[in-house]
Amino acid sequence: MPFCTADPNLRNDWLTVGAASQLRAAPAAHPVPARLLGNDLLLWQNDAAAPHCSADGRALPIISRYGYLWVHTGDGPAPALFELPEFAQPGRRIVDCGGIGVATSGLRVVENFLDMAHFPYVHTGTLGKVPHTEVAPYRTAVDAASGEIWATECHFFQPRASASAGDGIDAHYRYRVMQPFTAALYKTCPNRAGEWDVIGLFVQPLDDEQVIAHVLLVYDEDVLLDAEMIAFQHMIFGQDKPILESQRPRRLPLSGPLEAHMRCDLTSSTYRRWLRQRGVTFGVHREPGA
Amino acid sequence: MIRLYDYELSGNCYKLRLLLHWLAVTYERIAVDFHPGRAHKSAWFMQNINPQGQLPVLDDDGFVLRDAQACLVYLASRYDPAGHWYPDDAQTRGRIQLWLATADDLTRGISAARLHYSFGYPADIAACERQGHATLRLLDDTLAENHCHGTRWLAGGAAPSIADIACFPYAALAGEARLDLRRYPALQAWIGAMRHRPGFIAMPGIIDPAL
Repeated sequence: MPFCTADPNLRNDWLTVGAASQLRAAPAAHPVPARLLGNDLLLWQNDAAAPHCSADGRALPIISRYGYLWVHTGDGPAPALFELPEFAQPGRRIVDCGGIGVATSGLRVVENFLDMAHFPYVHTGTLGKVPHTEVAPYRTAVDAASGEIWATECHFFQPRASASAGDGIDAHYRYRVMQPFTAALYKTCPNRAGEWDVIGLFVQPLDDEQVIAHVLLVYDEDVLLDAEMIAFQHMIFGQDKPILESQRPRRLPLSGPLEAHMRCDLTSSTYRRWLRQRGVTFGVHREPGA
Repeated sequence: MIRLYDYELSGNCYKLRLLLHWLAVTYERIAVDFHPGRAHKSAWFMQNINPQGQLPVLDDDGFVLRDAQACLVYLASRYDPAGHWYPDDAQTRGRIQLWLATADDLTRGISAARLHYSFGYPADIAACERQGHATLRLLDDTLAENHCHGTRWLAGGAAPSIADIACFPYAALAGEARLDLRRYPALQAWIGAMRHRPGFIAMPGIIDPAL
């Protein structure tokens, strides 16, 4: 079965197929199935614990990085994977929160991840609280060297910014979009002033309207158990999921009259313009007749 | 002190959190890494907490009980002396028992499909959908008929019982199992009535009406 898109943005990117740990008990004789871009893959590791991937009987390039597996489905040379230096920083806790299936375009999942305005309404009591609903002005830019989007100087009042937060804080955020389906969030570390906790969002597109959203924590945190940190993230993501699945059209409109942006949506509008300039078509809504 | 071995996105754990909250009983939540860690299937958990490898589990000062429906019966019997949630009446208790068993049907159908779509668990989706719709139809028919007899609750009476709490989570989460609730109007009205009870607490996927 061929891949369901020819969009070079998707076919030339490294796309995740889930946590590297799933191959621990998967030798070549017992490969693990995975799905990506409408195609079935088989994943396994050899005796040296190196990952392997095949689709349609053909070997595909696969690497293990940041605790995750990344597959390249294109015919051309694979680009370098994005940098995440915090992953190797001594003292950081690395907690894989696993993947959660969502029935919508991965572009909507990434856009929701980049949005602060919904915090008081969807994540009441943790990431926001009415009447603290104002999104203060912040900046966005596309980094010339890496091509990544950065949103900086973001801050928001949060009653309980993380599983370890005690009192409400004015949490500072920086958002980063590395690839159309890969983003990261840097946020005030409640335990260590001056440090940023990092949350990676790696979206595995099953097809245009179904994804598995994987979340990785790279935290300065030495009190909470893994299970407590995961529970907090699953609570947040579980609150987003029904909102994401109720949005229509499921595919993201990049232009046209369907959805309008306001000042607080600067990151969303930057993301959509960035997708448009790259000519992304996968997971994108097309107007009938367009 | 009660300890609840808990997972945030589990409807069966949530029903105990909901009853404990309505009973104003304080308890400690012990987060179990159900996903992705499958800690409920770990050797430690199965040897020390629940040989069935399932959540939730309740530990009330050393009295350890598994099975969500059994825990509802225990909590209501132990911490609700007025008997609002588990009335001491033969017919009512008979009817409650019926719906506690139906809650297990919801787990087999709707919860299994939801675990498939959310966490990639293998499932016979067609069988889950058949089972799910059959159970939702039974609930909808019963609630419509009860409404004609002047009660909006599963086991009758003027207020909800543990029968309603047992069936509520996975009925309300049917959308995450990709079952359309719009064809069950009496069931939707009942979900709305539960959500608007004073002191209701939500879980991810079941939205708090106060929002």
